[in-house]
Formats: sequence, structure tokens, C-alpha cells
Amino acid sequence: MNTHTEPTDFVFDEIAQAAATKAIARYPAGKQASAVMALLDIAQRQMERLTGSAWVPRAAMDVIAQLLGIASVRVYEMATFYTMYNTKPVGKFHLQVCTTTPCWLRGSDEVVASCKKVSGIEDFGQTSADGLFTMTEVECLGGCVNAPILQINDNYYEDLDATRTEALLNGLKSGAPLPPAGSSIGRQASAPVTNQTALLNNAKLVE
Amino acid sequence: MAKVTVDGIEVEIANGSSVLQAAEAAGKEIPRFCYHERLSVAGNCRMCLVEIEKIPKPVASCGQPVADGMVIFTDTENVRKSRRGVMEFLLINHPLDCPICDQGGECDLQDEAVSYGRDTSRYDENKRAAAQPDWGPLVKTTMTRCIHCTRCIRFSTEIAGVPELGATARGENMQVGTYVEKALSSELSGNLIDLCPVGALTSKPYAYTARSWELRKTDSVDILDAVGANIRIDARGAEVLRILPRLNDDVNEEWLGDKSRFSVDGLKRRRLDRPWLRENGKLRAASWEEAFAAIADKIKTAAPDRIGAIAGDLADTESLLALKEMFQSLGSPNLDCRQDGAVFDTAQRGFYLFNTSIAGIEEADALLIIGSNPRHEAPVLNARIRKRWLAGNFEAGLIGAPHDLTYATAHIGLGPDAITSLLDGTHPFAEILKAAKKPMLILGAGALARPDGAAIHAAAWKLAVQFGMLNDDWHGFNMLHHAAARVGALDIGFLPGPGGKSTAQMLGGGTDILWLLGADSLDMQAIGADTFVIYQGHHGDAGAARADVILPGAAYTEKDGTYVNTEGRVQQGFIAVKPPGDAREDWRILRAISAYMGHALRYDTLQELRAHLAQAYPSFALTGELRRLAGTNLTAPAGDPAAVSAAPFAPVLKNYYQTDPISRASPTMAACVAAHYPALAEAAE
Repeated sequence: MNTHTEPTDFVFDEIAQAAATKAIARYPAGKQASAVMALLDIAQRQMERLTGSAWVPRAAMDVIAQLLGIASVRVYEMATFYTMYNTKPVGKFHLQVCTTTPCWLRGSDEVVASCKKVSGIEDFGQTSADGLFTMTEVECLGGCVNAPILQINDNYYEDLDATRTEALLNGLKSGAPLPPAGSSIGRQASAPVTNQTALLNNAKLVE
Repeated sequence: MAKVTVDGIEVEIANGSSVLQAAEAAGKEIPRFCYHERLSVAGNCRMCLVEIEKIPKPVASCGQPVADGMVIFTDTENVRKSRRGVMEFLLINHPLDCPICDQGGECDLQDEAVSYGRDTSRYDENKRAAAQPDWGPLVKTTMTRCIHCTRCIRFSTEIAGVPELGATARGENMQVGTYVEKALSSELSGNLIDLCPVGALTSKPYAYTARSWELRKTDSVDILDAVGANIRIDARGAEVLRILPRLNDDVNEEWLGDKSRFSVDGLKRRRLDRPWLRENGKLRAASWEEAFAAIADKIKTAAPDRIGAIAGDLADTESLLALKEMFQSLGSPNLDCRQDGAVFDTAQRGFYLFNTSIAGIEEADALLIIGSNPRHEAPVLNARIRKRWLAGNFEAGLIGAPHDLTYATAHIGLGPDAITSLLDGTHPFAEILKAAKKPMLILGAGALARPDGAAIHAAAWKLAVQFGMLNDDWHGFNMLHHAAARVGALDIGFLPGPGGKSTAQMLGGGTDILWLLGADSLDMQAIGADTFVIYQGHHGDAGAARADVILPGAAYTEKDGTYVNTEGRVQQGFIAVKPPGDAREDWRILRAISAYMGHALRYDTLQELRAHLAQAYPSFALTGELRRLAGTNLTAPAGDPAAVSAAPFAPVLKNYYQTDPISRASPTMAACVAAHYPALAEAAE
């Protein structure tokens, strides 16, 4: 299964080290182990910055364990439990499709199909041949009001359908930067699609 | 105390106890998989559900604290139904492979399925399957059978102190394992097999060997280290198949070191099963008669002060006494039980015992370890120190090579000169010892096998006196032995008599005839070239290779024997199987040859020998129990505390797994050495 190569060592760079120090300082003396989740994220972002692929190599987990004075296996447990940490390299754009009931009812199957079509990926967990996209099936992203949701790296893209998903991904494929996050149909936050329907006669609130 | 009612039975139980404990106090059995008395409570198997009045839903009794007036029901229809539901979920992914599972017959899940399982499964989906990671030569994994109770994770983290196991991934993909595949590096890893309630973790060397109901079980005492762990020997026919720990809260709780558990296959390899005689430089098979004649001829012509005996690490006290008294009747004072050549004062028992006692470690609040690595020399005792350390308010210091002892230690120095720095208060650890109410020190017996051994002994004693380790109700001076025979031999004075020679003096041509009672850790090259060597023992190890006459003895599983552990606790092991071939129990061999030489020992049965032992040495009158010594006698052992050198302590054991003829003959132990000490294994090839 593990076809990727693990780097043999990992060192926090200057930016990551500063962030790590700040994260550890948040916790009282003796409770530094609590910073493990923050540090995993910092390590993952450093990998993204340096290699273009946001993932946490095992060497980084060992470094974190050492830094926090906990057993390595405690960090492995954390990193493998949460889907936000990638323990294998991912593409430049990590497509995290929510397929939980609300998104599925609102057409997440279409989003999945479009992702496959544009990237050429055959199934979840795979990376496209050009290394641009990795598609992952994720559980509820907590954005059900604007379902279906596709999370690309840190951004939520909402209210998607097949066409808009394809447009979004084709843009990325042609080298465009990630567009601003949010609704793809211009909805304001999570307000009703059909404009305001409640509190219409409350002038103060409407303002 | 809280008063609770369990199924109508009123019990009183300490506050903070769990409902499960209350139910047990009332004699009610609660099924459980994840709960274990000596581990933290996880509460994840849900098998221990009970009903409690005023609580609407069934409650996991292991994690529910008792409250005064609680009314608990352990056997209602609702409870049974809930447990059946839990069981059904546990069995959803558990394979139905009991016929090929080594746990079969002693499986908690199998047993509980009889009470709570359905006769058929309602589950039609595919079962979860998991990889079989390699955890080294001792523990075999079949993780498909794992029910995620996490006992192994908690054991390795809490008791063994080697946190290598964890639960990775989540939900249905959760895996118990090391994540990065590797051999478990704990000396207590065999206990995972006992703890695993299902067949996920089983014994690798014992795989597909026997079913539990075929085995004949014999209580005995482990002799591969000096802790004297209580064991159960499981045998079938003439073969010992496995060794398991037996519960003894004062000694080993319910743990056993890997060497003690897995060396069992060494008991059927390289065995001496008939007498041998060296003729023209070559050993030939001989009869007992020929061997006795050869020995008697030699001894008849030798001067009594030119014959000597050295006892090894595995000898039982009965044979030591028989050998001692035979030598007395021959008029020879040349006896020594310290084959490592250590010389120290043994005038008082307190000088060489683990006086605090193993259970007593839990009372101590500061510890100084001198020249010992208890993790290798006594892993079960080391687990007890870790248990004390986990409880808090406990400081440990170490003099000797730094090791990971599984608890934090302040490293004070490499050699015995560090004792001086504590005595004169220049090292900050002296303040910790001074402030402690019940400080203790552990002096490694193996560390005394050096020219300044007596001085180290005296310096350690001085330290104990100076830091208040000796008083009316506390004896904090401890010697940690690594040889099971040592304390028993010291107790009966298997030591140079007046004018007698010590081990070092008997070697190098100091004797014409040397009797080795299972002594294999000597430097055989150092024995004089013309010395006639009689080896009495059970394995063809170093001693047998040098011997002129070999008398085949019995291993500890093949004889009734008395052993004294490092605390001074007298314990008896029972015979599980007969010795192989012509081999005989050691005391019988000595009794026979003494008669052959015309100095017959005055006991004909083991009972007579034991009665004589108890009468001559009163400490043997009490078996199993331990009377802890008070630190009232402050007489110092001989030796000049100031004469310690600065030479660093050398490790007593080169490796944990091969320390004696039995473990050296064991292929399992050889595999462990290959896995954990690759450099040593290569050197051996």
C-alpha cells in the first residue's frame, strides 16, 4: 500500500519553528503534549510550503513526539485519527468531497463525478497522474446549509453542481490560483438562496 | 466506605471503588474484556453492563464509581439482553476461527459467547480483516481477531513503560499496533499474551503446539533471575510446553519476564542425559558406575585442600547443601557459590538480601541504584519500581551506565566514586536522599565482581546508614541478585570455610579437582590445565565442554527444589516432568556418590534433607512467606568504604535474553538476541 517514500529526517524551518513555539506556549507547564494537534498542522503546512504537497511524514511525527516529550506512537495515533492530517503525500489541490447525507441529497454524487472527470482520478484516495489533484471522501464538513461542499486545501466551495465544479477544477488545472472560498452561486454566507424570507418587517434588523 | 446492595446482597466497599468491584465483593461475576485490575479503566468493551436503580440505562460497571445506597442488579433480563447485544457487536467482526486459534479453550470471548452469544449470526456483510504485523519473535499477532479492548496498549504504556503500542486510524479502520512495524522492546512483552482476552496476541514459539486442556499444570518458581517469580509449568507427556506466571502479589503480581517465560524450549536442547567421561582428551558416554569410580579414584588420592566446588546460578538449595556437606565430610573447605568471583561480607543476612522486599518498594520515597540495571537483571522487580514511580513523590538516582529504566532517574555517576560524592554531600541527589522519609538503595550483586567489590559493599552500607535507610521499621539496604541460587547458597554458607579458597583462588591451578555444580559462567580457560573438572548439571554448556566427568542433573522443571529469592523468601518448586534419560535429581546424585566414596550423607529422602535444612538453617523453616528484617543492626560489613575506585561499573548482563545454560540453549532467546542485539548475534555466528 505504502508506495510513497518517507523522508528520513524532518526539521522545522524558521516559520514553522516560530509557530510551534507559539503553539506550545499556549499550554501550561507539564501539559505541552496538548500542542500535538497544532504541531501536526504546522508540520503539514511546512511540507506544503516546501514541497507543494501538504502531508505529515513519519519523521515529522517523531520530531513532534520528541519536542513534546511523548511517545512517538501517541503522535501516530493522533495523526491517523484525524482526516485533516495526511499521512501520505497528496496533490497540490486536495479535493475533499463531503458525501454525508445532506450533501449527498443535494448532489454530491455529481461533484464526485466531475472531480473524477477533470482530474482523471478513478476513486477516492488516489492522486491524479499530473500530481495536481488528490480526491478524498470526507464526512460532514459542517456546511450542510450550502451543500454540496467541496473543500480544496483550506477553502470551502459551496452550492456546487457538475458544471461549476468542472469550471472550478479546470481553472485550477490551467494554472489559476485558488479562487476565493464561498458559495459558487453568489449566496451571501448561508442566507437563503431566494433572498431574505424571514424578519422582513423588522426594519432595524434588515438594516 | 459506601454501602451498596448487589442483587439483594449488602456489601460495604471503599469510596471510589467501581460498581464492578462492588459486585465482585458480593460474589457476583461480571463479564469483562477491557477491564483489568492492574490497568487503568478504559470502559470500551461495554460487556460489564449492569442495571442500577434510578439510572435509566444499563451502566458499564467498570467505570461507574459506587455511591452510598446504590442498588445494583447484575442479572436482570435487561442486563442479559444488553450484554447479548454487546456480544453480537463484538462478534460481528470477530472471525469464526476458533478451531485454528491458539487461544481456543482459554479465550474470554469464547467463554462469554457461551453465556451471551447467539447461536447464529445476523450479519451478512463482509467481516473486517486486518494485517498481521510482525511484533518480534515472541508475540504472534492475528489482528483480525482483535476486539479493540486496548489492554495491550495500556499494559505497554503503564506497566511495561515502553509505550510502543497504540490505536491508529479510527472507526472500522482502527488498528492496534506499533504503526511502524518493529519488534516489541519490552522485557515484559510476553504478558501481552496473557492479557489479550482473545486470540489476537498469542505466543509465537508455542503456536499450534497444544490445547490448554491437554496440559498438566504444576506450580513452580522461576529461576532464570533472582526474583523468584511464581510460575505454572504446563507440560504434556515428558515435555514442558510453556511457562505462565502465577499470581503472587508479594513477588511478581501477575507478570513474568520474557526470558523466564520463553526459555522453555531451551529445556529440551543440549541436554545432558547420560554420564560422560573424558578419555584421551575425548568425552565418551559412560555409565553412572564408571563415572562414580573415576571421581572416587581421583578424590581418594587428592589432598582435601586441593579439591574445591563452585556452584552455579541455577542450583537448588537441597543440592547445594548436599554438596557442601559432602565436601565437609571430605575435609575440604574450598566452596564458593559466587562464580562471578565477587567477594563481599556475608556475615549477616541483611548484607546480601533485598531487605526492603519487593512489595516494600511501594512504600519507599527515594531510590538509589548502584551498579545495576534492574530492567535486565529483574524485569518484574523493575516494573514494581516503575509502579512506585508512577504513583508520584518518588525520586530515583542511578550510579552506573545510564539506561532507560522506564522511569526517570537522576544519573549521578558511572563508577563507585559517585557513592563518595553522595557521602560527602557534594552531589545534589544527597539532598533528596536526606529529605526522604523511607529512602532505599539497590546494590547490584553483579557489580561487586571487581577488585574493590568489598569496598563498594561497605560504601553502600555506609551510605544507607548515613541517610537513615536503616531504622526500626525500615530496612532500605538492598542487594539485587541476578542468580536464583545465590541467596540460598549464601544462606547455607556455601562459601570458603576457614582457610578455604574462593572462586578466584580455586581457578588457575589452585585445585586439583574442581566440582562445578551447574557453574557455566566461569572463565573456563582460567581453570588450571591439570585440574580434574567434574561437571554436574543439565545442559551441555561451557562447564560440560571443559569437564573430565559429566554427571547429568535435572533442570528446575524436573525436580522438587527449594530456592531463595533476592528478598530472602524461601520458595519451593515442584517437579513437572521427569529428567531426560539417565539424568537424576542433583541431590540424589550427590547422595549416591557420597555413599560410593564411603561418606554417605545422612538423608535418604528429600523430606529428610529438607527437615535437616530447616533445622540447620532456621530461615528455611518458613516457605513462601517473608519476614522482613528491621534495620536495627548497624554493624558495617568488612571493607574500607574509602577504597572504592573510579572505574565505571560494567553491565552485569551483556544481554537480557541469554544469561544461563537454559536460555543459551533456547532458539527463541537466540531469535530475541538477533532481533534486539544484532551486533551480539552476528558476533556469535
